[in-house]
Amino acid sequence: MAVLELSNIRKDFGSQTILNGIDLAVEDGEFVAILGFSGTGKTTLINLMAGLEKPTAGSVTFRDKPVTGPGPERGVVFQSYALMPWLTVTSNIALAVRSAMPKLPAKDLAARVQKYIKMVGLTHAATRRPAELSGGMRQRVGIARALAMDPEILLLDEPLSALDALTRGNLADEIEAIWEADRKTVVLITNDVDEAIVLADRILCLDPNGTMGAEFRVTLPRPRGRTAMNHDPAFKALRAEVTGHLIAAGAHATE
Amino acid sequence: MTAIDPSQLAEAREAKRTRRLTRINKAEGWFKVIGLPFMAPLLRAIAGDDPRGQMKLLWQTLFVPILSILCFLGLWAVLAPKVHTSLGTIPGPAQVWSQAVALDAAADREAERRVAFYERQEERNAKLIADGQRDKVQNREYTGRPTYYDQIWTSIKTVFMGFVLATLVAVPLGIAAGLSPTVNAAINPLVQIFKPVSPLAWLPIVTMVVSALASGDGGMSRSFIISAITVTLCSLWPTLINTSLGVASIDKDLVNVGKVLKLSPWARVTRLVLPSALPLIFTGLRLSLGVGWMVLIAAEMLAQNPGLGKFVWDEFQNGSSDSLARIMVAVLTIGIIGFLLDRMMFAIQNLITFSDKR
Amino acid sequence: MYALPRAYAKASAGIARNDERYLEFSQLHKIYPTPKGPLTVVEDVNLKLRKGEFVSLIGHSGCGKSTVLTMAAGLNPISKGAIVLDGTYVEGADPERAVVFQSPNLFPWLSARENVAIGVDRVYPTASRAERQDVVEYYLERVGLVNAMNKSASEMSNGMRQRVGIARAFALSPKLLLLDEPFGMLDSLTRWELQEVLMEVWDRTKVTAVCVTHDVDEAILLADRVVMMTNGPQATIGKITEVNLPRPRTRKALLSHPDYYAYREEIIGFLEEYEHGHKKEAA
Repeated sequence: MAVLELSNIRKDFGSQTILNGIDLAVEDGEFVAILGFSGTGKTTLINLMAGLEKPTAGSVTFRDKPVTGPGPERGVVFQSYALMPWLTVTSNIALAVRSAMPKLPAKDLAARVQKYIKMVGLTHAATRRPAELSGGMRQRVGIARALAMDPEILLLDEPLSALDALTRGNLADEIEAIWEADRKTVVLITNDVDEAIVLADRILCLDPNGTMGAEFRVTLPRPRGRTAMNHDPAFKALRAEVTGHLIAAGAHATE
Repeated sequence: MTAIDPSQLAEAREAKRTRRLTRINKAEGWFKVIGLPFMAPLLRAIAGDDPRGQMKLLWQTLFVPILSILCFLGLWAVLAPKVHTSLGTIPGPAQVWSQAVALDAAADREAERRVAFYERQEERNAKLIADGQRDKVQNREYTGRPTYYDQIWTSIKTVFMGFVLATLVAVPLGIAAGLSPTVNAAINPLVQIFKPVSPLAWLPIVTMVVSALASGDGGMSRSFIISAITVTLCSLWPTLINTSLGVASIDKDLVNVGKVLKLSPWARVTRLVLPSALPLIFTGLRLSLGVGWMVLIAAEMLAQNPGLGKFVWDEFQNGSSDSLARIMVAVLTIGIIGFLLDRMMFAIQNLITFSDKR
Repeated sequence: MYALPRAYAKASAGIARNDERYLEFSQLHKIYPTPKGPLTVVEDVNLKLRKGEFVSLIGHSGCGKSTVLTMAAGLNPISKGAIVLDGTYVEGADPERAVVFQSPNLFPWLSARENVAIGVDRVYPTASRAERQDVVEYYLERVGLVNAMNKSASEMSNGMRQRVGIARAFALSPKLLLLDEPFGMLDSLTRWELQEVLMEVWDRTKVTAVCVTHDVDEAILLADRVVMMTNGPQATIGKITEVNLPRPRTRKALLSHPDYYAYREEIIGFLEEYEHGHKKEAA
């Protein structure tokens, strides 16, 4: 059953059409990656899913009900982490849990916050503020915050783009492990082919003209270690195929 | 029997030194905040950490400022006697210093007189009670001339009154303007028009309004209220503008987080808007207090509020040979107090706002 | 028809004193004094580059690879050891060692042409005005900015600015080109495009180059040798791999080359080996 459905979406900013004719159905428990370059309206697309923006035409439905605004059942992880700089790791996550579950007793709330801090491996840094954390650690907090609200679907808006390539790889492996644990429905926006292949069940390419391009099924067995995959002919083939499609679509757009 | 290992001793000493240096490094930020940046290198040099490097820092933070002050005093001493005014030559540093001492002595004398007045009154009253004339007992307030210190204190009280009023008006208004473009559009033209108005222009209006509304008794004198409100009117704007700017420029992603978390309007203001905008609000408050202190002196001159402004005005009208030197004492006092007020705000700002560097 | 401009050819025609050891890092150290005693960030780096060689420097963040690069640029004093370029010791910044940073630091109020011209006017003092103009235009053309030469830097996208940065560096006719994560701020497509632009311009000039990067694919694509650094502090060279892939290279061709993934695995393997221990802090 489709959890989140977009049908025939168009989004204009002024006279410019950013997204056009987007149809997309995300199945329950599925990990979907939307792959595209900057300027293809990726972030607009996830904002539509989150309810932070409204489509010019077409509809967004979540469990068959139209999406009218943001809500805690759709957790968002932002590219820029979006942590409150004046709050510690614990307080940042507690703020989210408190607003998602206002009736939770204080003791359970603290336990819940701790559980998710532990899940992303930041117990030793729980009392630090964002400025005292590296980029990778900050994004772990962002992920823990989104997960701690117990959303039904997780929307990841280029969560790793601001990190260096090596940290990005590590954190991608970790996101895969966290996802394995409870198989929540996830939509990932990314511009990194490797990230999409390591994480997703399905890769959808967003073309520079704002329409959906090719779709690739990723059937590689999990867990998908980055080193081991260099042997895997299926991985190499898929990587070449996806990269080829992107380069072609990109070249087409710049002509 | 255990012998004390000298290497162990040296190690302990080294550890102690490291701890001391860490403490100095921590304190360094605060020394800078309160305006004593030379303390950290001085302490480090005493603790024996890279004395040559510290001397370089000390040269920058301590000796250069001292030298520049000495140069200024020297130039002043040489040039002042060359300018002749109707009140004699411009006083040099020595005369100004002697007037400062004289003002201090006058304050002491005034204090003595005050004590003596109350002693006499006590004595008289005690005697009257002893004579059985209890109905004739009188307790009167001493009404001597305000001392220089009283005048300083009056000025500080006035500026704070005006500043607190300005803050109470400007911060909520600024938050409203930052949150709502409509409110901002409504307020903005008024802000732009009234911001450049001089305190001297406000004063007559404020005087008339206050005279009509306030009777002048009940603890606060009319001149005090007039001066304070003039300060409010002039120091409102920096806080208002900076607050609305701070609120309007909250990171868009943080605003989105607030939406996703569905924070209530109250939680949004207290948990998101205020903490984000606090650094800029404080920048505004610091500017406001600075403006307020500058405006106050002018307001006091005209409103005859018994503070530093009135002191300067009275001395100017007085026109004795010491007046210029006394006015210069006041000028330096005003400058130093203004500096201390700014440092105080800066220290509070550092204390309560988050910073990316920590 | 794409011959190098005359002024450039003249400026770069000097005969190298030693082609095999054109650039040499020997026993290079970087030591920072701290209240707790000296901290060795980079320890005993030894590396020789041939003239016209392209070397990638890869390692985890904080491993000191950028420190090595800034020392070679002369922007960061050398604590111990030496860097010798074409027979002379590196000391202080000099246009003969051009640097491309992550953000190109253009003057926002100048056009692309003027931004490149600033450096060019200084390094070709004997060339005529027209000859200097030639150099500027030649490199702006090579990086694909034919139609945007008169655009001011403030109107450009990040990708275009970095193109100007690359043109500026090459136009200086440097003896050594230093690239410090040059494409780190760009999205993948722009990154891929610029890597190919860089390859194309480099193939024409064959200037000796060192590129610091985080990106394994970028390291392989660009370099003749990939130098892998161990983790800091006390970072040093852990392993060097010779990349024997045919030039000119394109990303698409490399992805289907049979040896490509072997190189990739070797480098990722090395890096993974060094991330254990302080994985959490590093990430």
